[in-house]
Amino acid sequence: MNQFFYIAAGVALISTIMAITGKNAIHSLLYLILSLLAVSVVFYLLDALFIAALEVIIYGGAIMVLFIFVTMMLNIGKEKEMEKKWLKPRMWIIASILASILLVDLILAVKSVKLIPVNEAAILPKQVGISLFSTYLIAVEISAILLMAGVIGAYHLGSQKKKVKHRFLDKA
Amino acid sequence: MLTVPIETQLILAGILFFLGLIGVLVRSNMIYILMSIEIMFNSAGMVFIIASTHWKQPDGQVMFIFILAVTAVEVAIGLALILQVYHHYKTLDSDAINILKDDN
Repeated sequence: MNQFFYIAAGVALISTIMAITGKNAIHSLLYLILSLLAVSVVFYLLDALFIAALEVIIYGGAIMVLFIFVTMMLNIGKEKEMEKKWLKPRMWIIASILASILLVDLILAVKSVKLIPVNEAAILPKQVGISLFSTYLIAVEISAILLMAGVIGAYHLGSQKKKVKHRFLDKA
Repeated sequence: MLTVPIETQLILAGILFFLGLIGVLVRSNMIYILMSIEIMFNSAGMVFIIASTHWKQPDGQVMFIFILAVTAVEVAIGLALILQVYHHYKTLDSDAINILKDDN
């Protein structure tokens, strides 16, 4: 079983690196879908069967397809050389070094803690559902309100009725 | 049964998180920034799943479902904002939106 974990982890890391360093947005999004599928394999190996299915259906199937539709609507192929011009090494080297220092810090912190393994049966979707609708019922309702606000906000922002800017912005 | 040590699993989630962080800090295309935020959300959820498996409690998986809902809302609003910005400025460069910048 362990070699499957390491293979899936390697695929996830490499495809994520390809996704954030790509020049073509569509290719990067396809790499990101591959990364999410690899993470889903990791979840499956961690005995989180329900979450592995949700990862494929919602992340890979819905959210990423939304991304791809918007990217295709925008037709942003011609901005490739502009982005290459913005990305000079001095622009990204300091941010990458600082983030890498934080990563090394995190790895050392994880390595220094002793965690005791517990051995029982795997968690089934039934347990997740019971916990979701009993202990966390109020959170389910709050996330329903959040989704409602998201629907209204996306509808409002997505409508393109007014082409005129605000009158104060026109002076600038 | 998976016998990979939990440290290795947490380090995988940490590396994915920092790849997303580097993407947010480095890229100036707004589509890529939103994608990197997705990567960071996903790796944070992965830590919940790892902890849920380690302690055999369903709470971590419940938290992942909430993260999924928040992510869906964030992507919908973010993509709508990106569309509006593109229609106003004809570019996706996040440096182009500097109308609040002081000129002096």
